[in-house]
Amino acid sequence: MNILIAGVGGQGTLLASKVLGRYAVLCGKDCKLSEVHGMSQRGGSVTTHVRIGDKVHSPVIWAGAADVILAFEVLEAARVKHFLRPGGILLVNDVKVLPMPVITGAAKYPEGLKEDMLEEINGAFFIPAASIAAEAGDARSANVVMLGAMCRLFGFDKEKMMQAVTDCVPEKFAETNLKAFALGYEKVK
Amino acid sequence: MKELMLTNHAVARGAYEAGVRVLSAYPGTPSTEIAESFVKYDGVYAEWAPNEKVALEVAVGASVAGARAMACMKHVGVNVAADPLFTSAYTGVNGGLVIVVADDPGMHSSQNEQDSRFYARSAHVMMLEPSDAQEAKDFTKLAFELSEKYDTPVFIRLTTRVAHSRSLVELCDREDVKLRPYEKSITKYTMMPASAILRHQVVEERDIELANMVNTLDINKVERSRRGNKIGVVCSGVVYQYVKEALPDASIFKVGTVYPLPIKAIEKFATTVQQLYVIEELEPYIENQLKKAGIKCKGKEIFSLQGELSVLKILEKFNRSVPVPVAAKVPGRPPVMCAGCPHRGVFYVLGKLKLTVNGDIGCYTLGAVAPLSAVDTVLCMGASIGMAHGFKKATKGVSHNIAVIGDSTFIHSGITGLINAVYNESGITLVILDNSTTGMTGHQNHPATGKNLKGEKAPAVLLDEICRACGVKEIEIVDAYDLKAVESAVKKGIESPNVSVIIAQRPCVLLNKGPKPVMKVDECRNCGKCMKLGCPAISRSGSGVTIDPNQCTGCGVCAEVCPFGAIKEGVRE
Repeated sequence: MNILIAGVGGQGTLLASKVLGRYAVLCGKDCKLSEVHGMSQRGGSVTTHVRIGDKVHSPVIWAGAADVILAFEVLEAARVKHFLRPGGILLVNDVKVLPMPVITGAAKYPEGLKEDMLEEINGAFFIPAASIAAEAGDARSANVVMLGAMCRLFGFDKEKMMQAVTDCVPEKFAETNLKAFALGYEKVK
Repeated sequence: MKELMLTNHAVARGAYEAGVRVLSAYPGTPSTEIAESFVKYDGVYAEWAPNEKVALEVAVGASVAGARAMACMKHVGVNVAADPLFTSAYTGVNGGLVIVVADDPGMHSSQNEQDSRFYARSAHVMMLEPSDAQEAKDFTKLAFELSEKYDTPVFIRLTTRVAHSRSLVELCDREDVKLRPYEKSITKYTMMPASAILRHQVVEERDIELANMVNTLDINKVERSRRGNKIGVVCSGVVYQYVKEALPDASIFKVGTVYPLPIKAIEKFATTVQQLYVIEELEPYIENQLKKAGIKCKGKEIFSLQGELSVLKILEKFNRSVPVPVAAKVPGRPPVMCAGCPHRGVFYVLGKLKLTVNGDIGCYTLGAVAPLSAVDTVLCMGASIGMAHGFKKATKGVSHNIAVIGDSTFIHSGITGLINAVYNESGITLVILDNSTTGMTGHQNHPATGKNLKGEKAPAVLLDEICRACGVKEIEIVDAYDLKAVESAVKKGIESPNVSVIIAQRPCVLLNKGPKPVMKVDECRNCGKCMKLGCPAISRSGSGVTIDPNQCTGCGVCAEVCPFGAIKEGVRE
């Protein structure tokens, strides 16, 4: 299973990938993760790759090969949607973060991205993960809301996923994150 | 149960299990996490060195003293460490000595994509290349054995996709490796011509011995495909993983020792396949050596010298029918300075004064990005100062330029440039952007932060005192958020015929986790001046600018540039 996580540096793509990696370990599967550190992290586009299976070779997913894309921002979803395999699922946090070229007026944030993706991709889901996370107590746990939603859509083992979340976040944030996970799980249908 | 580990952590684990006592490194993506992870083990010593040359010298010293030792760096760091590297190949080791180098094909966070495999070849230093975390740990341990057995430093080469991927690793206990006795030997450790001439012979003999040995070393291995013998591929590192997925019908020669190459073993492999390919990222390093040995193969006539490879690229080159989805054309999202970054205001001032800015390597390289667009040149660590001096000398002092460097980079390799500017009287002005950390690589301490790699209190070298000791008479310390003070200091420096240094201080905004003030806009006239700061917290619409309280850190720089006093510190709700 190939899961591509896309977002803006600072949105917690790394944590989301670690949780999925931990889940794979708890399930006794082989797993590889690929991350980006350094310059790209400073508010730029970031992707992390999660691959789970009986035997995984490449740590990175290639265009057309992702079973799932977790996108933490709408424009980032559009940027990586060609990674999705036919019939794959695109799960998008329905928020816009303006990139610098848009802020400076050098480029326009494209209109109708969400509508286009919903029309083009049968398995596209948009969820207000940021506001769900705020409801759980911390807007920053939108990444974990997304994991909750994904867990339900893919029929992942809920207990094991929650264990993975607990294992990967600092103890003092565990409760909020588990709440965010549960809300994400409940709200997606 | 196996543990899911970042490869860099697995290298550190390998060093720990191999009984390494001393590790020295300078942070650099994608190598930084090795030292950070290693230092957490009990009973080891690890440090941030001011630069890679010092790091390697420390490791060589520890090795000669009898300990297993390691130095870690990114690819361009080897340029800095090249001097001790080449001669350490002559002295050989006492305790095992391993140098980890992490290349960055595709330049995720680098200024070039040089191929460090050539360093191994030209310095005659053995190089192993793992392809995942488990191999990284195993190869690291093997590297120490080989280092001691063959009396040579050994490289471990990683690339970004290996260093920054996580995969499963089986952990072992730490080996109890005793400190070897140090024995004085002028012919081995004192490299002056008389002894170096003799050691050079030793290096050549060792090379021949290793070149033979690697043909039977088990990390160089053949994996036969059950689907025929049409295609044979020679590859190493992450490319091996790509080939395994892309070409199940290919037999693979997986190279574990990229220097020396197991030429004889590859030659034998070549005779068993109809067409041999070399698939490697960057330079035709393996390919050219095979061709020189008379082994027919295809390589760079198919694959690019630039960037990373991928499963898809290999599928395409082998004409495997795959639908290649096309990426949508959407606006880019380049990295930007964070909201509240103390570098922003300084670059705003330098842009306003229309200075040519000789920049350097760090987060502040982002001062080159629109709308600040303030940086003119970026070359390598420390180059800002030498280049600013060169500008002055080329124009007989009339160039309107200024050097800008970060605190960590200044310590790394800026100091010698400053001494040169004083000694050779160019009268440059230098701004040290002192954010009290190594920012870009993720907040590492350095000699001026007052803390060591462990985060413990350490003696801090003072930047102004260093500058004074270099002979700089005009030194001003300003608050990086105080644009008036920055502007006045820069103007004074530029007008002065002498070398002057401005230290613009403010800790990196990401270091401050506490509650922060927030800026509010009231009666905006929509002049757009604050937009020139390129702050990600500020956006503009027809009615004026708005400040996103979730991103704003209340640095107040926008209020300073607003000509109408429309931005003020407000109350965070």
